[in-house]
Amino acid sequence: MKFRKNVVAQLVLLASLGTAASFTQAQELRFMCSTDGDECEVLDDLITRFEQENEGVDITVDIVPYKSIQENLPVQLAAGSGPDIAKVTDLGGLSQYYLDISPYIDADYWEQSFGDILNWYRKSPEDKGIYGMHSQLTITGGYINRTLFDQAEVEPPAADASWEEWAEAVAAVAEATETPYLMAMDRSGHRIAGPAISDGAKLFADDGTPALVDEGFTRFVTKFVEWNNNGTMLRDVWAGTGGDTYQDASQEFISGSLVYYYSGSWQVGKFDNEIGDAFDWQVVGTPCGEVACSGMPGGAGIVGFSTTEHPEIVGKLLDYLAQEDNYAELTARTRNIPAHAAVAAKGVDYEGASAPAAAALNAWGQQVEKISPVAYAYQGYKHNRAMFGITMSRVSQAIVGELSIEEAMERATADLEQTMSEVDAK
Amino acid sequence: MARMISYCMRIIEIPMLYLQKRLGISRLAWVFLLPNLLLFGLFAFLPVVLNFVYAMTGSDQILLQDRTFVGMGNYQTLTSCEDFLDPNSCRDDLFWRAVYNTIWFVLLQVGFMVGFALLTALMLNSKIRARGFFRSVFFFPVLLSPVVVALIWKWILQREGLANAALEGMGFDTINWLLDRHWAFFWSVFISVWAHMGFYTLILLAGLQAIPRDVYEAASMDAASPFRTFRRITLPLLMPTMIVVLVLSLIKSVQTFDEVYAFTGGGPGSATTLLIQYVYETGFAGTPRLFGLASAASILLAIVLVILTFLQLWASRRNVNG
Repeated sequence: MKFRKNVVAQLVLLASLGTAASFTQAQELRFMCSTDGDECEVLDDLITRFEQENEGVDITVDIVPYKSIQENLPVQLAAGSGPDIAKVTDLGGLSQYYLDISPYIDADYWEQSFGDILNWYRKSPEDKGIYGMHSQLTITGGYINRTLFDQAEVEPPAADASWEEWAEAVAAVAEATETPYLMAMDRSGHRIAGPAISDGAKLFADDGTPALVDEGFTRFVTKFVEWNNNGTMLRDVWAGTGGDTYQDASQEFISGSLVYYYSGSWQVGKFDNEIGDAFDWQVVGTPCGEVACSGMPGGAGIVGFSTTEHPEIVGKLLDYLAQEDNYAELTARTRNIPAHAAVAAKGVDYEGASAPAAAALNAWGQQVEKISPVAYAYQGYKHNRAMFGITMSRVSQAIVGELSIEEAMERATADLEQTMSEVDAK
Repeated sequence: MARMISYCMRIIEIPMLYLQKRLGISRLAWVFLLPNLLLFGLFAFLPVVLNFVYAMTGSDQILLQDRTFVGMGNYQTLTSCEDFLDPNSCRDDLFWRAVYNTIWFVLLQVGFMVGFALLTALMLNSKIRARGFFRSVFFFPVLLSPVVVALIWKWILQREGLANAALEGMGFDTINWLLDRHWAFFWSVFISVWAHMGFYTLILLAGLQAIPRDVYEAASMDAASPFRTFRRITLPLLMPTMIVVLVLSLIKSVQTFDEVYAFTGGGPGSATTLLIQYVYETGFAGTPRLFGLASAASILLAIVLVILTFLQLWASRRNVNG
């Protein structure tokens, strides 16, 4: 009798352990994350807290190179595999794989908090689902080496100054201070888009179809090509590589050999760490074109994928991260601009940030209102990456003289047609 | 231990005896080949078949069921040109720029590499001081990763690199080596020659050492000049090895990607974009991923490589048969 009791007790124990084990296994999730700062580490901290509040949930944060997110993740998703959650930058391009978390969250809170940015993650204008939490809002724009301006006794142009006025002032500074490089812009279709939009590029036809090349776009590209060839722009950045390879000029700026650098808000942390007190630097936004003074919004967001076996936990996690306190902490610790309306309205206390970094982050925050609706639409367009790639490739060819500007613009139009025919061939 | 091995063998023996009984001894060979055939089929043959299938489909989707059959459409896109000598007149100008770049690259790289490898092999085959050291020196770059090779040369040739520092030090104007299309192409060829020459030097050196010494002694007794000895003895007897080196380097040269990609990224513009880079960027790095176009381009490239491989087989057989 005693023996039988023991056996039953052991079986019950085994069964309960088995159930517990299978329950634990059932809550395992993987989060693919890449970072150019400390976003993944901060997210890992917040996720650990989420795990503590949700017993049995085990989320592994896999920190991978950005290239893996760009190149491997889309292939994994297309093949039906991939992680449960990821931090992505191709917000629209991967939208077909996103999990709609609206059944698991307070949709009104999300709409109030993130507003139109939620559209960047949606498949179409008709789509009302909620797919991602924009964790890192970025804005493109310019930085100047303020020390060089002061040494040259040249006053930086006003906020509404044009590219031409900036080019003139920067040339004066470079000449007076014998600085080798005047201006540089990251080699990126995203970066050149803001100035092109400011010069009148519409990027979409009246019926909403993409139309990369128009008068405004060609106007800025013509100026840009000329500046690359007359020494106003540092030619190495755009002409120094081929295809649609990204290239920046941050090292030239950090080393103090560049007067004006057009990049974006994500460089603040790097500049703060690497420039230190070597010289003063300042955020100056985007110079004005014919119709606007707009940079491009962008950034990264955290999304869940529809292939996950735990949609509810994914929804709960994103909702947890989107809560005002958590979002404010994430923004402050990662030195980013908030995309969350309430957090932005209250202002972020960038605790521990140096005075230049805090000033720069606030200056970027003020640039948000200058962003053109075209820039928002372009950022939200799901095939914008294709348009960025075409821009980079063809503008570079015009800079090195392989194509004339006219030929480059014709090729860009044809490339876009070819691309659209491929993406429509489903 | 021996008993244990014997016991294990018995365990294997049972299914083997059964299979032999069922299939017969001649068919049993297939059972042993099966694992290898499966691996080859899965990882080599199936991808080739899939490549052909993808080349006849369109769309940016990866799964075949989501793709559209376009027949020869991708090949038409690649080969539609008004004037084949002018990439600007082609529908896909980047493909043709890559084709021309690859042709020039192969001609220059193989020509210079085989020439320099022969000169180096001749030098290393002669009685010079520290011969062993020099043999290692010439072979050393072969051991380096292509990316390391590319980065080393990039540091040397960039705007503020060693080469410009040297020029400046000597009072000359600096040159933007990597921003000028012609210089960038020149250096891509140069680096590739530098990185791979050692391997072919070694093969040629082995070929030179296989030439019987008595032939040279006879030439020396006949007072043949060094040039005449080279032309009449060395070159003809080295020719089979030379052909193998030539064909091998041709195949390798057509496949060049990593070091040039890491060195110039295909730029400036598309000045150093080679065919493999075109395939990589079209199918994998670019957005959207045009798998069909990339597959079609890779098949066209494969045809060239198959021809070169047959050439190499022919040369090797000719070599073996004397």
